[in-house]
Amino acid sequence: MITLSGVTKTFGANRVLRGIDLTIPSGESMVIIGGSGTGKSVLLKCILGLVHPDAGTISLDGQDVATADRDAFLARFGMLFQGGALFDSLRVWENVAFRLLRGATKLPKAEARAIAIEKLRRVGLKPETADMFPAELSGGMQKRVGLARAIAAEPEIIFFDEPTTGLDPIMAGVINELIREIVVEMGATAMTITHDMSSVRAIADRVAMLHDGVIQWTGPVADLDSTSDPYVQQFIHGRAHGPIESVR
Amino acid sequence: MSVTALATRPLAALGRPVLHALASVGRVTLFAAQVLAALFRPPFYLREFGHSLMQIGWFSLPMVGLTALFTGGALALQIYSGGARFNAESVVPSIVAIGMARELGPVLGGLMVAARVASSIAAEIGTMKVTEQIDALVTLSTNPLKYLAVPRVLAATLAVPVLVGVGDSIGIAGGWLVGITRLDFNSATYLKNTVDFLEFWDVGSGLVKGAVFGAIVALMGCYFGMNSARGAQGVGAATKKAVVTASIMILAANYALTEMFFTS
Repeated sequence: MITLSGVTKTFGANRVLRGIDLTIPSGESMVIIGGSGTGKSVLLKCILGLVHPDAGTISLDGQDVATADRDAFLARFGMLFQGGALFDSLRVWENVAFRLLRGATKLPKAEARAIAIEKLRRVGLKPETADMFPAELSGGMQKRVGLARAIAAEPEIIFFDEPTTGLDPIMAGVINELIREIVVEMGATAMTITHDMSSVRAIADRVAMLHDGVIQWTGPVADLDSTSDPYVQQFIHGRAHGPIESVR
Repeated sequence: MSVTALATRPLAALGRPVLHALASVGRVTLFAAQVLAALFRPPFYLREFGHSLMQIGWFSLPMVGLTALFTGGALALQIYSGGARFNAESVVPSIVAIGMARELGPVLGGLMVAARVASSIAAEIGTMKVTEQIDALVTLSTNPLKYLAVPRVLAATLAVPVLVGVGDSIGIAGGWLVGITRLDFNSATYLKNTVDFLEFWDVGSGLVKGAVFGAIVALMGCYFGMNSARGAQGVGAATKKAVVTASIMILAANYALTEMFFTS
């Protein structure tokens, strides 16, 4: 279980996170929604330790992540970055097997390659893709490779940062379905940040709405349409008028 | 505005860039210390080291070789015409050899490598930063400093002295070629004068300079790449800063090393 309590983060004069309180139970798929620039990515990076919060605590299964063994902590995570963040200089299979080829649990090259090809197949990519370079792939294929890399070491927790941004609706649907299948199949805890409502409905067990640096609303995805929260209603219906200012 | 505030304004204007410069020096020094400490701690990324060695050493060879060839030739012509003023044309072989080995080989080689390598390292790592590849490394339990900076700094520190050595030889050969084709030197005499007057430390000091310049080039490329701001403009600015800072540091380090080696 991931627990955030009173997490704040400021960049210069911009107070991005103003006291985030949120709990993500084990095995659940939590989707954070909110407009662009509201700090969703910052929140995710705070949990991973890529950005250090100014105040508040973040704990994983009761242990403060700031004092946890960093390698052991990160070994439990997989992450799909918004742009894929694939390493240009490495072949697709080397990207997927990156963690498997290094560190304490290093596998022989042939075994790591076999796992990488299996994971590529899992995300719907042919084995021939394995020896290509990321620059030779389309945006949708890069996202799938990123997904394969995120699940390669079978992590307990997977983060998805805007998984469908920049994809056509069909490919977005494919990625959403894949994420849902993989999360259910692996029994992983998932945290997704997105402003794509089709992703929310396809991926989420629970939804949290981030606005103005705090969690405005949280609840089961089934309650999303029926909630009276004005922020959620404005966001999911894409209204220009409401409590969320359209010029931010 | 009070009189005191008005009086201290020029001081503040002067102090701000000085403080900024000092803070930058501190950050670069800290970065260099972190890279140095990481050099001796596993894991070691041999594949990345080998790749960097090829990129920095092997692929810089044509550029450094051509620079040395033309510099050696021009140096021979200059020394000949200058030496003719006091009938000292015969010093051309020895001065070309000493000049190339002690100064021009390492400095021009270092500057050319700075232009080619510091820029490419800064642009590559800067792009990795803005496309979240460095964040991805962290989430994959890989220390970016160890994976990206250490192999490049080590490769440059080892490769640039070799480039300088090859450059020295090509530069001396350039001088010899001009000497025998344009200045009527006897080939055997030219080579004998070169060998007789060249001492081990002439070459050795240049190779030490090469190692220092190589470390500077890679450190600056990595530092500015890893601290690149967002977007194409950020990467462009990081690249420019890496080349400019590496070039200035090479010239400053060259003076300091020359003082250390030859004025005792």
